[in-house]
Amino acid sequence: MKHILGAVCGASVLLAVPAMAETTLTIATVNNGDMIRMQGLTGEFTKANPDISVKWVTLEENVLRQRVTTDIATKGGQFDVLTIGTYEVPIWAKKGWLVPLANLGADYDVADLLPKIKDAVSVDGKLYAAPFYGESSMVMYRTDLFDKAGLKMPENPTWDFVIDAAKKLTDKNAGVYGICLRGKAGWGENMAFLSAMANSYGARWFDEKWEPQFNTPEWKTTLTTYVNLMKDAGPPGASSNGFNENLALFNAGKCAMWIDATVAASFVTNPKDSKVADQVGFALAPNTGLGKNANWLWAWSLAIPAGSKKADAAEKFIAWATSKDYTKLVAAKEGWANVPPGTRTSLYQNPEYVKAAPFAKMTLASIDAADPNKPTVKPVPYVGVQYAAIPEFQGIGTQVGQQFSAALAGSMTVDAALAAAQSATEREMKRAGYIK
Amino acid sequence: MARKSTTQRVVVSTIGAWFFGFLIFFPILWMVLASFKTELEAFAIPPSFLFFHWTTENYATVQERSDYFLHAMNSIIIAGGSTLIALLIAVPAAWSMAFSPTKRTKDVLLWMLSTKMMPPVGVLVPIYLIYKSFGLLDSRIGLVFILCLGNLPIVIWMLFTYFKEIPRDILEAARMDGATIGRELVYVLTPMAIPGLASTLLLNLILAWNEAFWTLNLSTSNAAPLTTFIASYSSPEGLFWAKLSAASTLAIAPILVLGWFSQKQLVRGLTFGAVK
Amino acid sequence: MATRQTQFLARSLLTPAVGLLFIWMIVPLALTLYFSTLHYSLLDPGSEAFIGLENFRYFLTDPAFLASLQNTLVLVGSVLALTIVLGIPLALLLDQPVVGRNFVRLMVIAPFFVMPTVSALVWKNLLMHPVSGLFAWLAKLVGLTPIDWFNDVPLFSVILIVAWQWLPFATLILLTALQSLDEEQKEAAEMDGASAISTFIYITLPHLARPITVVILIETIFLLTVFAEIFVTTGGGPGLQTTNIAFLIYSQALIQFDVGSASAGGLVAVVIANIVAFFLVRIVGRNLEA
Repeated sequence: MKHILGAVCGASVLLAVPAMAETTLTIATVNNGDMIRMQGLTGEFTKANPDISVKWVTLEENVLRQRVTTDIATKGGQFDVLTIGTYEVPIWAKKGWLVPLANLGADYDVADLLPKIKDAVSVDGKLYAAPFYGESSMVMYRTDLFDKAGLKMPENPTWDFVIDAAKKLTDKNAGVYGICLRGKAGWGENMAFLSAMANSYGARWFDEKWEPQFNTPEWKTTLTTYVNLMKDAGPPGASSNGFNENLALFNAGKCAMWIDATVAASFVTNPKDSKVADQVGFALAPNTGLGKNANWLWAWSLAIPAGSKKADAAEKFIAWATSKDYTKLVAAKEGWANVPPGTRTSLYQNPEYVKAAPFAKMTLASIDAADPNKPTVKPVPYVGVQYAAIPEFQGIGTQVGQQFSAALAGSMTVDAALAAAQSATEREMKRAGYIK
Repeated sequence: MARKSTTQRVVVSTIGAWFFGFLIFFPILWMVLASFKTELEAFAIPPSFLFFHWTTENYATVQERSDYFLHAMNSIIIAGGSTLIALLIAVPAAWSMAFSPTKRTKDVLLWMLSTKMMPPVGVLVPIYLIYKSFGLLDSRIGLVFILCLGNLPIVIWMLFTYFKEIPRDILEAARMDGATIGRELVYVLTPMAIPGLASTLLLNLILAWNEAFWTLNLSTSNAAPLTTFIASYSSPEGLFWAKLSAASTLAIAPILVLGWFSQKQLVRGLTFGAVK
Repeated sequence: MATRQTQFLARSLLTPAVGLLFIWMIVPLALTLYFSTLHYSLLDPGSEAFIGLENFRYFLTDPAFLASLQNTLVLVGSVLALTIVLGIPLALLLDQPVVGRNFVRLMVIAPFFVMPTVSALVWKNLLMHPVSGLFAWLAKLVGLTPIDWFNDVPLFSVILIVAWQWLPFATLILLTALQSLDEEQKEAAEMDGASAISTFIYITLPHLARPITVVILIETIFLLTVFAEIFVTTGGGPGLQTTNIAFLIYSQALIQFDVGSASAGGLVAVVIANIVAFFLVRIVGRNLEA
């Protein structure tokens, strides 16, 4: 009986596999809007390349990350094209897990990639992943509320201005909060924002000898400012709000300001999803006059795992999906406002795009203002703005994020949270052998 | 009905039961309603209960974006296959423990349950490596196998408690009549155990249907069941609520329908030995 | 009446199950034991080295360990208590003659069918959110300040969600047990002038002992490994208030990708699970006997 069942299952597995005359690419990607659009346009690619067929594995970011990392580290060979972030690219490239992209084709125009983004996906001058879309972070604010309060948002605001405006614009009885910021624990959640904010206050994760820096006055100022600001002008429940919770709040008209990813700009200005679509202004993430703004840098990029037997077809696909022609294709089908942003200089010189996307200028300025190779005021031994590109960071960032969310929730003092963050980070760094 | 049920009593208990039933069901109802709203309306305050602009746009998007039927088929094969195989192994085992217990039967039972207590994430890497070398990654057989083993302890345990309740005199009588053990198993025991088998089957179908660790981590595309379908609709970046609601509604629909049609068996068998 | 033949047959019938489970248990366990003595980061393969018990020392001295152990026990205990304490009256209610009983019953079972991630998202965003959630709206409607669920009572909020998922299971098992309760016995008691309360205490409750055992054992197995609800709602925070053992091991294994210490953590979890099981069996194990 067991054999029969096994055989039945076996047969159905065999039936599910299509005829193998062609190369089938399995592409792992994140389920963000731009990638979903790419998935929808697959037909255009296979029409041009009839010998290649494509299978999509579209997953939520966290699930995708664990899935892809497990597979590449065990050489499982389940995927031919991976969607990974700027955090993974340098680490994996140095391990030899990625194929350098050298044959993207003559008209690919590598020089057109935004320099900051190109740097972030290159190691030793070699491109290991092709950026699909890039993002920084910036201030999104409600022009109507600012006008009503007689405030004017500068293009490059200071933290003092933002804090002051947030307090003035808070009207808790009307359900309007001066500022919405991330608070949910996680290295890609509250720590992305807080690390970038700390950079603008002159703080850093590690000093040149990899000693954790949470015991420095810069971090104390950062965290105190953040906690007090959220207490005075933030929405309730901030310690479990991530990107989506804040997006929902902002779209419902509950936040006067929101500092988050630049890709959010196309969501909050879309009248289908947002109540405040035509009342949104944009500004650079705040600074303190030390030369760094509180904005991060990230690019979802396509890469090929080393050892892939279909590297040629995979590279063809990557070249197609990140080319200028792909941008034009999306523009023709879905309008200019929906093209993947933040990867190419030419896009920001295109008058049609600049007209269709009111946030284009500020997105580009934000990306330019972030520098993963020199993220902080003082020198650091790591690459990355809102993260340190070392394998241990995800775990450390999550632990520290938990402590900081406790400080925000008020269940821990700022000092206690910083001390706990310091000792947790020291513990991990000692274990990993960075410090004795 | 032996007890006198006055009209008043029926009315009071009906109102009470419907009230609490509705209360428990409400989050799901809310989710189903959200699946017919636009993303913006799904979060609107004050919320709209029925008088919103009904749209099936989310279902259309879901259908366009992913192959629901492939995933649903995989779910049915994986959940069904693993439950059936688990039953085939578990019936004889539970039978032998229930009717020929030894001193160590109870220990064996508890040991079986304790295998279920190992957190799966702790053994992900070893299992992934083993699956890779046997070519079982992204195969339905691999998923059937792992879910079958994962549920086996519970299946055995449920069947054991259920078999325990079957009156011994009937078995003894059959033996007196000279029935062999094989015949005893097929003609006497099985018919009496059908409700128990049915409910064990159902409970394990539900558990396998919702299993979201192994199915997510060991499948890619060919064998991916509905759990991966769901995982492509909750996003850390972007408004996804109405679409996720639509996807979830689709994912629970088959099992809910199954539950509706078989709830008598389910309810009866869920008591294991409790029903005399 | 166990003859030698039946005993032999019983053994041979038991063998495949025990054998398979043994392999299922022993192969990963052996590998986990082996990995737990290695320095093995998935992100740094090739650097494996034998480090003895270092992973265990590291996992057990983690300041999060004791907190998460406590959270795990609180979570398991509270959900068990909630589902049983709420499940009994609910089952009693559903045992009454009710118009449309089948439909009510399906409404009550339904939460059991929903995947944990989805129910966590529903509760967090649509119900419990202090600004845009339904609860907050209701609270404001009657002039109360909305509860800031995941900020002020994070662990309780998680417990509430998990209890909602498991209440149907408990209710159903208890309900069917009630339906099998001897009506005559109950009526005799009523005729003897026993109050409804004493009928419940002396007749109904003892009858429920066995199903309650079943609920406790099966739920415990699943509650020890609750993870998705925590990851989706709070990410283990604020602080360590919602970090349980399963989340801690998960963050070692799939956020940190540290196979060595995740393996050590997994083994520690097995030991803890067995200790819990040991006490459970002491408390409720009598009911397992025929």
